[in-house]
Amino acid sequence: MANFLLGRLLQSLVLLFIVSIIGFAVLHLAPGGPLSQFALVPGLSKEDLARIAHEMGLDRPLPVQYWEWLTRLLGGDWGHSYRDNQPVLAVIGGRLSATLELMGAAILISVVVGVWIGVMGAIRSYSIFDMLATVGAMVALSIPTFWFGLIVIYAFSVHLGWLPPGNRTTVGSESTFLDYLHHLIAPAMVLALVEVAIWSRYMRASMLDVINQDYIRTARAKGLPERTVLWHHALRNALLPMIALAGVEIPTLLGGALVTETVFTWPGMGRLLLDSLGYRDYPVVMGILMFSALLALLGNLFADIFAAVADPRIRLT
Amino acid sequence: MSSAAAIESVETARTVKPGSRAWRRFCRHRLALFGIAAIVLMVLASVVGPWLIPFDQLKIDIRHRFAPPPWEGHLFGTDMLGRDLLVRLLMAGRISLSIGFLAMIVSTAFGTFIGVTAGYYGGAIRVALMRFVDAMLCFPSIFLLLILAAFIQPSVATITLIIAATSWMEVARVVEGQVRSLRERDFILAAEMIGAPGRYVMLRELLPNAIGPIVVAATLTVARAVLMEAYVSFLGYGIQAPMASWGNMLNNAQQYLGSAPWLAIFPGLMITLSVASFNFVGDGLRDALDARLDLR
Repeated sequence: MANFLLGRLLQSLVLLFIVSIIGFAVLHLAPGGPLSQFALVPGLSKEDLARIAHEMGLDRPLPVQYWEWLTRLLGGDWGHSYRDNQPVLAVIGGRLSATLELMGAAILISVVVGVWIGVMGAIRSYSIFDMLATVGAMVALSIPTFWFGLIVIYAFSVHLGWLPPGNRTTVGSESTFLDYLHHLIAPAMVLALVEVAIWSRYMRASMLDVINQDYIRTARAKGLPERTVLWHHALRNALLPMIALAGVEIPTLLGGALVTETVFTWPGMGRLLLDSLGYRDYPVVMGILMFSALLALLGNLFADIFAAVADPRIRLT
Repeated sequence: MSSAAAIESVETARTVKPGSRAWRRFCRHRLALFGIAAIVLMVLASVVGPWLIPFDQLKIDIRHRFAPPPWEGHLFGTDMLGRDLLVRLLMAGRISLSIGFLAMIVSTAFGTFIGVTAGYYGGAIRVALMRFVDAMLCFPSIFLLLILAAFIQPSVATITLIIAATSWMEVARVVEGQVRSLRERDFILAAEMIGAPGRYVMLRELLPNAIGPIVVAATLTVARAVLMEAYVSFLGYGIQAPMASWGNMLNNAQQYLGSAPWLAIFPGLMITLSVASFNFVGDGLRDALDARLDLR
């Protein structure tokens, strides 16, 4: 176990290193750097621009810039935003909770609904319900998240007036838990759609695998009620492979969160990335990239550990 | 019991289970057929349609702004500048579908190249290439896509290349796995034994035998690319106005959601229809190709 953990940690670190190089190269090799925001300022001469570039360290060779960024990062300094000079970690930290809240709610919905649809589909495989769920999942995977968001806003906010069309709380009123919840429903639903589809497909396959096993036949032969067999014996075993799925799905969820946040004016990391791109705020963009990669790698690592803890048959080597 | 009756009883026993399997395959195939029909129709409509409609996609008609569908020949209504929505949808289809197909070709070619190279040579080359693939998959692809798109002058060509640059990893993984397992087969060993050069083995022996999964992955990549184009264009970094794409037709739609919902509904339906069609075809192809493998 300890060996496995150490190996995986090392592997993750190597991946993070590659990720940082890719991110850095993409950002800095692209034309129109952070200086382009000064390009339209009247009365700014070429010399002034060169001086600003020098002060920001943008005139040095790329590997040198990367090396400085990396050493500072290893020392715990993620740099400062070009926009308002706030530390990058503080900027991201201020937005992180909103994104995590949204993702958490979406995961909850997708696990509950997805598992239910998957199990029902497996029990009644090739029934009308199963067919509809199969086609429905494929259609759900084809709907652009932002468009689904627009449709939800149109239906539930514009038409029915049940849900607020955006933001995290009602502006100008005291923020209560219920108010938070009320604002969370629509974006969480939108973000969960794709995940529900994915979870139900994997769950169906996993459940079908399990209900053809010998121990399920044994449970039935013992005369246990079908409900106990399915929802206790089978479901618990069918859920085990799903733990890994939760880890793998983190990048997809983060990407979906970015789009959902845009549609619902949700003050999270996705919106921050879009705003920072507009400002050419390299340190913040780099920070978000590293953060999301870190989240993805940690998710995978925890999923592996968790799966091993939950299922003693898995040997970590 | 006569032998005829015995055969008959065996046959009836057999028809129960494969019957449900055949029903499933039929259903799947029906979806794939639907997908192909929808794709052909959409391509035809996008190519021919704009000539048949008496409106220009850029003609501004202030007197007929926000005409709800159907309105005096404007079958799908008009947008905030009075432009005919149907013509714009079809012109946008040309752009969005071409980006989907072109990005598929580029990313499949690149992904296959990486996958075959990694799978054939193995060792350090494989580790390096596949680690690179892993690292690329760490990012939410929309993040990378946006960063690239935000800094590069957007045009059909650049958007296609950017989407291809963030969609080749799945193909590479599929091909690498396939090639790695094929590599140990006798016919590859035989080809190497008679002294065939590596390039010959890769192109003439490995590639044709890995073509099934590549075709499936390529079909699904078109769906992905159409979706990705919609995302970047919706967020304002993709295809720029006045050129229409299904994604950028939606980026103004949110403010008119209350008064002109058709502006949001039709482009989204087109995206969903096209992406779902490619997904259906990909799924049907996977089933069909799997079935052939089973028979062997």
